[in-house]
Amino acid sequence: MTGSVRDPLLQVRDLTHHYGRHLGCRDVSFDLHPGEILGIVGESGSGKTTLLKCVSGQLQPTDGSVSYRTRDLGPVDVYGMSEARRRLLMRTDWGIVYQNARDGLRMKVSAGANVGERLMAIGDRHYGHIRSEAVDWLERVEMDMGRIDDMPGTFSGGMQQRLQIARNLVTKPRLVFMDEPTSGLDVSVQARLLDLIRGLVGSLGIACIVVTHDLGVVRLLSHRLMVMKGGQVVEHGLTDQVLDDPQHPYTQLLVSSILPV
Amino acid sequence: MTSTLEADVMLRAERLAKSFVLHNQGGVTINVFDGLDLEVRRGECLILAGPSGAGKSSLLRSLYANYKPQSGSVLVRHEDRVVDLCAAEPYEVLEVRRRTLGYVSQFLRVIPRVPTIDLVTEPLTTRGVDPAEARERAGTLLTRLRIPEALWRLPPATFSGGEQQRVNIAMTFVQDYPILLLDEPTASLDVDNRRTVTDLITEAHEAGAAIVGIFHDAEVRAAVGTRSYDLSANRQAA
Repeated sequence: MTGSVRDPLLQVRDLTHHYGRHLGCRDVSFDLHPGEILGIVGESGSGKTTLLKCVSGQLQPTDGSVSYRTRDLGPVDVYGMSEARRRLLMRTDWGIVYQNARDGLRMKVSAGANVGERLMAIGDRHYGHIRSEAVDWLERVEMDMGRIDDMPGTFSGGMQQRLQIARNLVTKPRLVFMDEPTSGLDVSVQARLLDLIRGLVGSLGIACIVVTHDLGVVRLLSHRLMVMKGGQVVEHGLTDQVLDDPQHPYTQLLVSSILPV
Repeated sequence: MTSTLEADVMLRAERLAKSFVLHNQGGVTINVFDGLDLEVRRGECLILAGPSGAGKSSLLRSLYANYKPQSGSVLVRHEDRVVDLCAAEPYEVLEVRRRTLGYVSQFLRVIPRVPTIDLVTEPLTTRGVDPAEARERAGTLLTRLRIPEALWRLPPATFSGGEQQRVNIAMTFVQDYPILLLDEPTASLDVDNRRTVTDLITEAHEAGAAIVGIFHDAEVRAAVGTRSYDLSANRQAA
């Protein structure tokens, strides 16, 4: 064991990213603890997806640091490690659920293979074991078992998202990044997917960073909330506190703009 | 920084100040209270008194860290230590809410499409209680609160106001919280159910819970209250 449960899993310090002269995000710092779910909200162009990419090893920030507490070596600088080690980390200890399932799935192989592939990537070579793990995870995300050998392209949007989740969780990651996991889905499918994510993430104690523009999603899912505007974090705190007693003018505007049903 | 509390004090607010600045409405500032001190001991039921708009609910929400006080502290005895909810990290506040500090809000707000029985069972299973035992305790409480078994499998969204409020009460009282914050838990209940909830509250503070509550019904106040705290004075001082 390296570190206690109280030690942060992820430490982000003074993270800044510029696209040429254009600002992506600026001076973002936070800690994420094991099992903690952090929501990041803000309008389009607020820098939330840039921040997610920088934090998840997909985009090297212009400035600042991202440190992840690995199982074997303790805290390691994500951009200081070798490319190969970072890729291994992303395939095993981390998961990434994309807004567009096509970015996170391999469309040319079956649903079962999409899940099994992540296990093979970490060295599992036993076909029977891979198959049974894949079936187990497809059941946990409530997939129809009759569809296990079908290509993801034949699935509905909601099923593709559930397949992405199974593919990510099969390696038992400690940290999962989600970019708008429920946008583009029907409301009824959204509610079911959210409940599924909440249940799985909660029971497995996985830490999560969820980027969304939907305040309903973060109220249900996240423990802690960061509000971004113009590339900067304008408010950060306990989710229900930020939503019920917003302090910053922009957060007040955001919360008061929700349409009542 | 470690704060201390006298042996049987469960919760103490110190020099607590709460105001709202409405940035999108011309920057109007509403002062709710300032320099507020309050203490609740084990086995006590403190009633928050004062006219409508005096800030009773705002105080209760501040004690739960649902509202963010501008200054001061809210010290809570959590297991073997004292946590200041105004200074704690979000995960610490959630840990205190999970094990120590229960809150019954005026309105039920839950995850859509989750069956009532699961809503009442979940607080126990997340604390590690065996699922079968948790379900039994949830069922017993729902029965006591007169929620018919036929409704347990349904999400409470379509229930009547009174039924929803009883589900809300069950979700909190299914656990034995050392501290309870109650915001008009009997407001929309009929006589029989009001009596049941009054009994639940009395049992909780007789078992040693420290309770802070808002009750509009004089009969309920008389039945459960051990002391009262008037907020109208604070309002004028603010």
